[in-house]
Amino acid sequence: MSLDIVATYAVAAFLFIGAVFALIGVIGLLKFNDPMTRLHAPTKVGTVGIGALLLASILYFDTFHDGSIHELLIMAFLFVTAPISANFIAKVIIHQGTCETPPEPVTECTWSTLGSPNRKSDVVEAVNHTPE
Amino acid sequence: MLKRGFYWLIPHPFLTLILTAVWTLLQNEISAGMVVFGLILGVIIPWGTSVWWPDTPQGFRLGKMFVYAGIVMWDIVVANIQVAWIVLTKPNSKLCPAWVVVPLDLIQPEAITVLAGTITLTPGTVSADLSNDGHSLLVHALHTDDPDAVARDIKQRYERRLKEIFV
Repeated sequence: MSLDIVATYAVAAFLFIGAVFALIGVIGLLKFNDPMTRLHAPTKVGTVGIGALLLASILYFDTFHDGSIHELLIMAFLFVTAPISANFIAKVIIHQGTCETPPEPVTECTWSTLGSPNRKSDVVEAVNHTPE
Repeated sequence: MLKRGFYWLIPHPFLTLILTAVWTLLQNEISAGMVVFGLILGVIIPWGTSVWWPDTPQGFRLGKMFVYAGIVMWDIVVANIQVAWIVLTKPNSKLCPAWVVVPLDLIQPEAITVLAGTITLTPGTVSADLSNDGHSLLVHALHTDDPDAVARDIKQRYERRLKEIFV
């Protein structure tokens, strides 16, 4: 019986943490005034926010029902895909020029978003350069 | 001959294992039938998609990858609290965002992908772009006084460990 009470409080605590982080992510999204800084708030705060909510879900179903591990998959997919969508949004921002112009790379070339299509051979060369 | 046959049938052994685990987790219960079906999927999918991922990463240290994952998990929690604090307390005028160029020593595309993903998930940085020749990574920092220190930090904390994982 006491385990149930502990679990209930733990679930409530995780739900609260998750909700607070999600709220802060939204505040950041609205507050910042530059597209690149705006990108920071949802990409990072979102991960712990949703992570805590999913942890609450695992705990709840483990204690009061049969148990569920789907949430681990959701978390894994979220952690793998969040950087990729952030990367795509950053590329669009760079391409539109709505941010400060990024500095040049260290070697003699350009960023792949800004490069011209006929220099695509550089990318292929770099990818194929993996050691045997 | 036997080894070549194995790699022809299972081009990415880790991918096969991960797909099997994902299928089992999707079912939300462990039964022999589902694991076998997961294994079948785990063989068919890498085999069918091997055209788009021709080079198997050579040498991959799984143990070190777990240590790395642990460090990243911890950093994600710390990063979230830091960013939340910046969002709530720093007015826009006091925020100093900056572009950071990170010179890369890593050459394997898989390793660079992991590094870029890690940078996006950790303290105040988002990876934005890769240079044409794949030797530098463009990172955006939310709030920093010294962009060079951010680059040094990334190289020291993550890239050094990734170099040991992907040998």
